[in-house]
Amino acid sequence: MFSGLGGRARGLFNDTKGPWGPKGEGGEPEEPARGPWGDTPKGGRRKPSASRQGGGNVSSLDEFIRRGRARWSPGGGLPGRPSGSIVTWAIAAVVLLWLVITSMHSIEPGQRGVVTRFGRYVYTLGPGVGLTLPSPVERVTKLDVENIRNTDLGSASSEDLMLTGDQNLIDISYSVRWNIRTPELYLFQLAQPDETIREVAESSMRAVISQVSLNDAMGDKRADIEIRVSENMQRILDSYRSGIQIQGIAIKQADPPDAVNDAFKQVTAAQQDAQTYINNANAYALQLGQKAQGEATAFDKVYEQYKLAPEVTRRRMYYETMERVLQNVNKTIIEAPGVVPYLPLPEVKPSQPQPQPQAQSGAGQ
Amino acid sequence: MTDFIRRHPLASGIAAFILLVVFLTSFPIVPETKQAVVVRFGKPVRILNEYEAGRPIGGAGAGISWRIPFAEQVVWIDKRIQDVDMQQQQVLSTDQRRLEVDAFARYRIVNPLLMYVRARTEEQLAEQLRPILGSEVRNELGKVSFASLLTPERQGVMEDVRDSLNRIAGQYGVKIIDVRIKRTDLPDGTPLQSAFERMRTAREQEARSIRAEGAKQAQIIRAQADADAARTYAASFGKDPQFYDFYRAMQSYESTFLGDGSERPAPTTVILSPQNDYLREFTGKSR
Repeated sequence: MFSGLGGRARGLFNDTKGPWGPKGEGGEPEEPARGPWGDTPKGGRRKPSASRQGGGNVSSLDEFIRRGRARWSPGGGLPGRPSGSIVTWAIAAVVLLWLVITSMHSIEPGQRGVVTRFGRYVYTLGPGVGLTLPSPVERVTKLDVENIRNTDLGSASSEDLMLTGDQNLIDISYSVRWNIRTPELYLFQLAQPDETIREVAESSMRAVISQVSLNDAMGDKRADIEIRVSENMQRILDSYRSGIQIQGIAIKQADPPDAVNDAFKQVTAAQQDAQTYINNANAYALQLGQKAQGEATAFDKVYEQYKLAPEVTRRRMYYETMERVLQNVNKTIIEAPGVVPYLPLPEVKPSQPQPQPQAQSGAGQ
Repeated sequence: MTDFIRRHPLASGIAAFILLVVFLTSFPIVPETKQAVVVRFGKPVRILNEYEAGRPIGGAGAGISWRIPFAEQVVWIDKRIQDVDMQQQQVLSTDQRRLEVDAFARYRIVNPLLMYVRARTEEQLAEQLRPILGSEVRNELGKVSFASLLTPERQGVMEDVRDSLNRIAGQYGVKIIDVRIKRTDLPDGTPLQSAFERMRTAREQEARSIRAEGAKQAQIIRAQADADAARTYAASFGKDPQFYDFYRAMQSYESTFLGDGSERPAPTTVILSPQNDYLREFTGKSR
């Protein structure tokens, strides 16, 4: 900054030595007051001494400026004024532009402008157009405070193992959402705010994970963990007076390590299997129960009628059943008892015979 | 003087520039984030913007200051909270288990003069703090068991580390704000593999017990269903066992010879004797 000012002063000297020298005009009275150093306590006094120095030597620069002036004056530049003042006016315009640009700041919605005067914090500008002293005196640092930033920790591709409370390992990845609550604290309190957030997040997450079991961390306690980590982080960051507001933690993934993932899938499969066993048993129970009910009810109905006329009902049922049974079977009636004829079995059974039923029916008589 | 300037514009320009630079550097601007020690010929004489606990931002301190050109040098020292990372190292707990521990400390230089005298630069300060942090963490964690490293108790351990670190760091004009364990990992190799193995067997055990539990419940459900059905049958059929016998026999004949509707039974040949009860009237002699 100092060298910049110095360089500017030298530039001014070189520029003005040509036109001012031969005409012997000295400095413009109003011009030094408007210069950028007129306002600063540091540079103001140097300015006139620099500008008054006019060299006597005529160079090609003079020629150039003179030609430039000749081109400009008929164009209605500044009639009536001494022609040497064009450069002065140009400088004044640049200075004026500089003043306007560096003292007016448009702060967008969601932004804040932290104003420092010679390095010391003075105030914070809200959204809108803010006016400050020009640049070397007051500087504005714009910060986006509403925008919620995301800091990701751990990733789906890499393993980031943490120890849980039951001394198991979990592969976890999560992101921290945060924004700036107090811009001046954010700017001036922490040397590396982003790095701090990462470290605090990791530390808090590990502290919380180390207090819960693996199943809790993978399962329904996730929301609880997120809240605890976020509170923990906020407390630590507040103790640093960091000006950071934690909006929330999102656990994107909490899985067992790859090395044991298969075993965890086995557990899920076992749960499915167990449920299958139970479902089958329930289906069986339902079926059996309905069948028993149905048969019992049928028996009860028949029994009711049977009680009214036991003998008749019994005979009727017997004949009806035998009718149906004997209708559909091959029947052989053997008259002479005691004489068992030779039965050619394949003939008796036209289709593929099965000896078992025949033997049974033979025995059943 | 003016004549000299007219005659030697270049020389006087350079001179003016040098003067300007010297003038400007005599008024250093102290930002909020820095504090500074002004050193006159190697001897610290003043401190600019020294940290004071509780002073709000924008209070006295930062801003424009002054120094004697050439005689005094300004040494800038960061005023913000900085951090120093410990290299990851193995810690042996009381129960002889190894852990890879990674910790960080946050500190602020509260006495820039002391820091300047003892450590000269911030880099050297960090270099000196790092091994101290490492050894303090190792010492304190070596006093507790593996299990308690994973419990809330470790926060207390960290406070011990911070306090003992603070005693040493105070000599450098540094205040340790907190010390935290970032990671506690099982070392690669055997401890990690055996942890995996333990997790795997635990899961296998869980899977087996879940299956067994399911099978047990299924069996109970089936048995209960059988019992319920038996009770239902008994309640109904028990009213007349003889009729049940007949009734059930009729049903049985029917389903044996005619099938239950879903599939046809094998064709059957029945050989009847005329003495059969069904053919009683066949002979015409029963009356």
